[in-house]
Amino acid sequence: MTVKDIIEKLELSVLVEGDLSREVTGGYCGDLLSWVMGRAQSGDCWLTVMGNVNAVAVCVLADCACIVLAENAALDEDARRRAEMQEVTVLRSGENAYRLAVKLGEIL
Amino acid sequence: MSSINLHFDVPGDDFTRAGEASGSVKKTLKDLGFGHDVVRKAVIALYEAEINLVIHAGGGQIDIEISPECISMVLTDHGPGIPDVALAMQEGYSTAPDNIRSLGFGAGMGLPNIKKYTDEMKIDTKVGEGTTMYLKVFNT
Ligand SMILES: Nc1ncnc2c1ncn2[C@@H]1O[C@H](COP(=O)(O)OP(=O)(O)O)[C@@H](O)[C@H]1O
Ligand SMILES: [Mg+2]
Repeated sequence: MTVKDIIEKLELSVLVEGDLSREVTGGYCGDLLSWVMGRAQSGDCWLTVMGNVNAVAVCVLADCACIVLAENAALDEDARRRAEMQEVTVLRSGENAYRLAVKLGEIL
Repeated sequence: MSSINLHFDVPGDDFTRAGEASGSVKKTLKDLGFGHDVVRKAVIALYEAEINLVIHAGGGQIDIEISPECISMVLTDHGPGIPDVALAMQEGYSTAPDNIRSLGFGAGMGLPNIKKYTDEMKIDTKVGEGTTMYLKVFNT
């Protein structure tokens, strides 16, 4: 399952396009950045409401496949620029992290 | 490969720039051909320590030495120091203020994460003078 497949199956909008052919191997939900760095796995699809520049940095360092902003959470302007620069895929949905995680669990 | 040295100045209270050092080190390590897991461990530990410089110490310096065997990282600050290191190392312990928490930091998991992802971690700290952290990740 690639990021592109997940965009289609979860009906996500694309805010910043990174490597859409990246393989997604799991998922992680959380908004506290140190929890994400301590617990998320490389290749995870990260569901969060945290759309700041630090979240983009965490996605890069923890090597998550993409960020999905749940509940239409905002992506800050400097976060968008950083994501474009570092080629981080940032996606968005109106649904909450629980619903997105259930759907993700069904297709992974 | 002989060893490579990198230096970064980390400004205090600037969260938009925090992560620049870690991001740049990640790129260097990847370009040098270090394995995926080693890079991930080193840069997560570095980012946590870098963020601590910004949040808790008003900025500081980072010195990194990369050799084929080891990534060695030294973070120095002249902040308030850590009065009780054993307490600070506990999961969930944090003195970060609320405005920092709203950014997603301040979970009190930074030092535990550094411990988890490094092979060696040593903290020299003196209240009122500052903190130096010595971190090593071996290239396995
Ligand atoms: N460089 C530092 N200078 C002074 N205090 C520090 C430093 N790094 C960590 N601390 C102290 O240790 C505590 C725990 O750090 P950490 O585990 O990274 O959690 P957090 O940064 O989320 O508070 C901090 O809240 C702070 O009190
Ligand atoms: Mg911290």
